[in-house]
Amino acid sequence: MAGERSLIKAFDWQAIGLYLVLVVLGWVNLYGAIYDFDQSTIMSLDNRAGKQFLWILGAFGIALVLSVVEAKYYNIFSYAIYIITIGILLITPIIAKETKGSLSWIDLGGGVKIQPAELAKISTAMALAKFMSSYGYKVRSLRDLLIPALIMLAPMLIIMGPQKETGSALVFVSFLLMFYREGMNGNILLAGVVAILMFVSVVAWGTEPLGVYGGSLGFVICTGIVALIQVIFARKLTGRFRESLILLSIHGLMTLIGLVLAQNAGLNLNIACIISIVIGCIYMAYLALSTYRRTFWVLIAVSLLSIGYVFSCDYLFHHMLRPHQRDRIMVTLNLKEDPSGVGYNVNQSQIAIGSGGFFGKGYLNGTQTKLKYVPEQDTDFIFCTIGEEFGFFGSLIVLLLYAWFILRLIAIAERQRDAYNRIYGYCVAGVFFFHLTINIGMVTGLLPVIGIPLPFFSYGGSSLWGFTILLFIFLRLDASRAESY
Amino acid sequence: MINDRLYYRRYVISAIIVLVVLVLLYQLFHLQIGSPKYKDMADSNAFLKRTVFPVRGLIYDRNGELLVYNQAAYDITVIMREIPADFDTTGFCEAVKISRERFDERMGDIKNLRKNRGYSPYTPQTFMSQLKMEDIAQLQESEFRFPGFYIQQHTLRDYTYSCAAHVLGSIGEVSHSDIERDPYYASGDYAGRDGVEYTYENSLRGEKGVEVLLRDSKGRIKGSYENGAFDKAPKAGENITLTIDIKLQEFAEQMLQGKLGSIVAIEPHTGEILTLASNPTWDPAIMIGRQRGNNYMSLLNDPTKPLMNRATQASYAPGSTFKTVQACVELELGGITPSTPFPCSGTGSKPIRCTHSHGSPVALVKAIEQSCNPYFWHAYRVTLEKNGYGNGNEKFRDQYSKWRTYIMSFGLGKTFEDADLYQQKSGRIPSVEMYDKWYGPKGWKALTIRSNSIGQGEVELTPLQLANMVATIANGGYYITPHLNKNDSMLSRRHQTLVSPKWFSYVQEGMFSVLDHGTGRRSQIPGIDACGKTGTAQNSHGKDHSVFVVYAPKDNPKIAVAVIIENGGFGATWAAPMGSLMVERYLTDSISRPDLYDRMCNSVINTNVIDRKHGRGKKFD
Repeated sequence: MAGERSLIKAFDWQAIGLYLVLVVLGWVNLYGAIYDFDQSTIMSLDNRAGKQFLWILGAFGIALVLSVVEAKYYNIFSYAIYIITIGILLITPIIAKETKGSLSWIDLGGGVKIQPAELAKISTAMALAKFMSSYGYKVRSLRDLLIPALIMLAPMLIIMGPQKETGSALVFVSFLLMFYREGMNGNILLAGVVAILMFVSVVAWGTEPLGVYGGSLGFVICTGIVALIQVIFARKLTGRFRESLILLSIHGLMTLIGLVLAQNAGLNLNIACIISIVIGCIYMAYLALSTYRRTFWVLIAVSLLSIGYVFSCDYLFHHMLRPHQRDRIMVTLNLKEDPSGVGYNVNQSQIAIGSGGFFGKGYLNGTQTKLKYVPEQDTDFIFCTIGEEFGFFGSLIVLLLYAWFILRLIAIAERQRDAYNRIYGYCVAGVFFFHLTINIGMVTGLLPVIGIPLPFFSYGGSSLWGFTILLFIFLRLDASRAESY
Repeated sequence: MINDRLYYRRYVISAIIVLVVLVLLYQLFHLQIGSPKYKDMADSNAFLKRTVFPVRGLIYDRNGELLVYNQAAYDITVIMREIPADFDTTGFCEAVKISRERFDERMGDIKNLRKNRGYSPYTPQTFMSQLKMEDIAQLQESEFRFPGFYIQQHTLRDYTYSCAAHVLGSIGEVSHSDIERDPYYASGDYAGRDGVEYTYENSLRGEKGVEVLLRDSKGRIKGSYENGAFDKAPKAGENITLTIDIKLQEFAEQMLQGKLGSIVAIEPHTGEILTLASNPTWDPAIMIGRQRGNNYMSLLNDPTKPLMNRATQASYAPGSTFKTVQACVELELGGITPSTPFPCSGTGSKPIRCTHSHGSPVALVKAIEQSCNPYFWHAYRVTLEKNGYGNGNEKFRDQYSKWRTYIMSFGLGKTFEDADLYQQKSGRIPSVEMYDKWYGPKGWKALTIRSNSIGQGEVELTPLQLANMVATIANGGYYITPHLNKNDSMLSRRHQTLVSPKWFSYVQEGMFSVLDHGTGRRSQIPGIDACGKTGTAQNSHGKDHSVFVVYAPKDNPKIAVAVIIENGGFGATWAAPMGSLMVERYLTDSISRPDLYDRMCNSVINTNVIDRKHGRGKKFD
C-alpha cells in the first residue's frame, strides 16, 4: 500500500538514526566496561554485553510494534494507561524484593526484573499531554497548573516514598521544562534556581562564622539574595528607580547598623539581617497600600517565604537528612574530603575519566575501570569507561550526539500541530535531558551521587526498553502529523 | 498553532540545554585535559582499602581465669583483576612454598563459581588461609613483586584449658549466606560458629577498621594515604566473663570420661551456670586453624554424636527425680497434703510396683526418701481425678492441663526463651492435644498416663532443665533463667513458679532424707547437709540411665547439680556419687573421697567413647 510507504517516510529518520548510533555505541562501550582478560566474547550470553544484545533486539522489536500502532490510540488511552501505572506503582513496594535499599523492582521470575518507575515516566507524560491539550485548556495562571502538578507528583511521591527510589522520582522534575514551554511563568524556574543557590549556601556556609557575634556566612548570603530580589523587582514593578534605591539604602543602612551592634552590643547578625528584610517588607506594604500596586504583596510574601525556606533548609539538612545523604551532598560541594568513604565512588570515577586525557587509552585498554574499583561501572558509572578509553574526544562526541538528539526532539515537538504531540515531545526531551545532566554531572563530581542510568549506555533492559518506548511513541505520533488534518 | 505567543520559549529551552551541555563539557575538559592531577593519580596512585581486623574479645571464667585468647594467623588473599599478564608465578610459588600445580588448582577453584559462590574479580579472595608467620615471611618481604596478592592478618583462638568445648564454641570462616544476612562480614572473615562464640558474636567481634593505602597502576602498594588521615582504627571486641567455674567444669568432664552423659551445675539464687558438661566432647584446640574442617567432619560422623551438647540438646526421662516436682505440684493442686498416706503393699502396689522395701502406708517425706512408686502413682491419680472425669472427659483433661502448666512453671518442657545458650531442646511435658491425638479425647485417663507420675512415659527433660528444677526447689519456688554471661542484668530474668513457697519445705525435707538415710545414703557428703533425689530411668536404648539431682547446703543453697549417665543403671551407682563429688568439690575446694573420684574417672561404661583430649598440642597441620 502506498500508505505504508508514506508512513515509513513520515518517520523522523534523523532521530531514529541518532537513536541507533547511541544504542550501538552504548553496547560496544558496555563490552569495554566489562571486558576482562579471561572474559568471553562480546556475543557471549555469559556476560552483560551478550545479555544487553538480547535486550537491544527486544527494544527494536518494541520500537517496531509501537510504530505500527495507530497514533490516535496513544491519545485515547492516555488516562487509562496512567491510572493502571499508578496502580502498579502502588503495589510494587508490596510485592517487590528489596534491591540495594529500594523497593522498586518487580521480579517476573527467570531472572527478569522490571522497574515500573520506567513505565511511570511514559504514562505520566501521556497523561500530562492529554490533560494539557484538552480543548480550551491554557496555562494562564498557577492555578491552571494545579492538576498537571498533581498528575506529575502522584507517581513521583509513590516512587520516592514507599519505593525509596529517589533517583527515579527526581526524573519527574524534568517535566517542568514542558510546563515552561506551555506557559508556566518563567519566574518559577528562576525561583527554582534561587532555591538551589540558597540551599547550597546554607549547606556550604551555614555554620561558617563571620568573625562577628552570631552571624553565619550562609545566612547572610541568603538574606542578601532576598534583599537583591526586593531591589530588582521593585524596579520592575514600578518602572522607575526611586523605590529600588530606597530599598537599597534601607538594606545598606541596616547592614551597617547590624555590623556595629553585632560588634559592640552582641546583637546576632542573623537577626539584624532578618530585621532588614522585615523593614524592606514594611516599606513595600506602604507602597502597596499607597500606590495600589498589589503585586508588591507578592514580593512581600516571596521575601518572607524565602526566609522561612532558608530556615527549613537548615533544619532539613542538619536534622532530617540521613547521614549518608548529608555526606553525599557535602562531598559533592567539596566540603568534605573522603576518598575512602562516600567520596570513594566519585573520586574513583573522576580518576578514571581524568586519566583518559584527550584521545583516551583506546578501546578495551582502560586500566582504571579494569583494575581499580569503579563501582557500578556498567550501570550508573558507565560514562567512566567512555571517559577513560575514548578520552575527552570521545566524551565530546557522545555529549554532542546527545545534544543533537535532544535538540532534534525539540525541533520535532515544535513542528506538531496537535498540542498533545508537542507536550508529549517536550516531556520526552526533558527526560533525556535530565538523565544526561544528572548522570554525567554525578560521574564528573559536579552533582551528588543520584543513581540514575545514562540512557542507551547503562546496562539494563528495563531502562533501555523504557527509553525506547518513550521515544518511539513520540516518533509514531510525529509520523502521523500528516494524517491528522 | 495555539501557543505562538510562547514560541520564543523554544529558544530559551534550547539555550538552557546547550548551556548545561557546555558546563558538562567544561567539567570533562577540566578533568581530562585541564588538570594533570587525575592523570597523575591514575598513573601513580590509587586507593586500596585494606581491612584491619580487630582483636576479638577474650573469654574468662567466673574466677577470672583466662579461657580463650587470640593467636595471630595469616591469610593470603588475591584480587584477580590485579594480576598482571607477566605475573611471576614461579617466584610466587617459591615464596609461599607450594607447587605450580597447587597454584593452578587454587586459582581454578577460586574462579569456579560453583565452589566459590561469592567470587568477584574485584574483591579479595582467600588464596591460602591460616598460615603461620614463618610461612608468609618470605612473601611479606617481597609482596611488591606479586601484585594482586595480599597478606591479611587474622586472629585465631587459643585455649588455656582443654575442656568446655561445647560451652565456648569456636570460630570459623563465614559462609555466603552469613554475608548476605549481615553486611558487616566479607568473604574470608571469621565469626563465632557455636557456643558462646556464636551467642556473643556481636560483642566479641569488635569493629573492623580500614587502612587507606596508595598504590600504582600495577597495583603495587606505595604506602599510607596522607599519613593515615583517613584510616579508621579497629575497635577491639569486648571481653566476656562467664559464669562457668572452669575448675569445676574440668572436674565434671574428668568424671564423664568413658561415659555418655552430662553434668550441669547451677548457682540457685543467681541462675549462673557453674558447669555445663557433656560427654563425649573434644579439646577445643582441635577446632582451630586448617585442621578444623577435618576434625569437624570426624566429630560429625562419630556415632556417639559428640557435637551434640547433651546438657541442653538431649532429652531424657527424668525417672524418680521427677517425683520432687510432682510432689510440689500435687500439694499445690490439693491432690495430697503432706500427711496423706498411701499404701505400698497389696492392691496398693498395682499397677506400679515399688522398687524399694519400706513400711506401708507412707506419707510424703518418707515416700520421697524411699522413692516409693505406688505413693506417687496414687498421688498423681488423686490429683488428676480431683474433679472427676466429666461426661466427655473434659474435667479430667482440664485438670491435666492445669497440672502441666504448673509443672512447666519450673522451666520444664520448654526452652528458656530468655537464655543466652547456643542450642536448646525443649524436652517434653506432654500436652492434652498430644494425648487427644493418641487416644482420642475420651480415650485417656489417669491410668493411661500413669508412667508420668514417676518421671517415665512421655515426660522428657534436658539435663539443664533438670538442674534448673533442683535449683527452683532449692530456692523454694523461683528460678533465674540459667545463663552463661556473668552479668548482673541477667538477674532480672526471675521466674516465680505457680507453686506456693509453703509447700517446698516438705519436699526439701524428703530430699534431705534421701541422702541422710534414703536411696542416696551411700553418697552422703561428709560435713555437708545436702538434699538430693536419685533416679533410674528406663529407656529404649538399653540399660537404664543413672540420674541424680542434688543441691547443698540444705540451708542457703550454693549449688544445684543434675547428673545423667546414659545406660549407667541405678541412680545411686554412678550419678549420685558424681553429684555428691561435684557438691563437695565446689563447696570445699577439695575432695575427701579421692578413691571414689578415681573410680568415677576411670570407669568406662561405653567403650565407643573416644577421648579426644589426649595428645593435644599441634595447632596447625
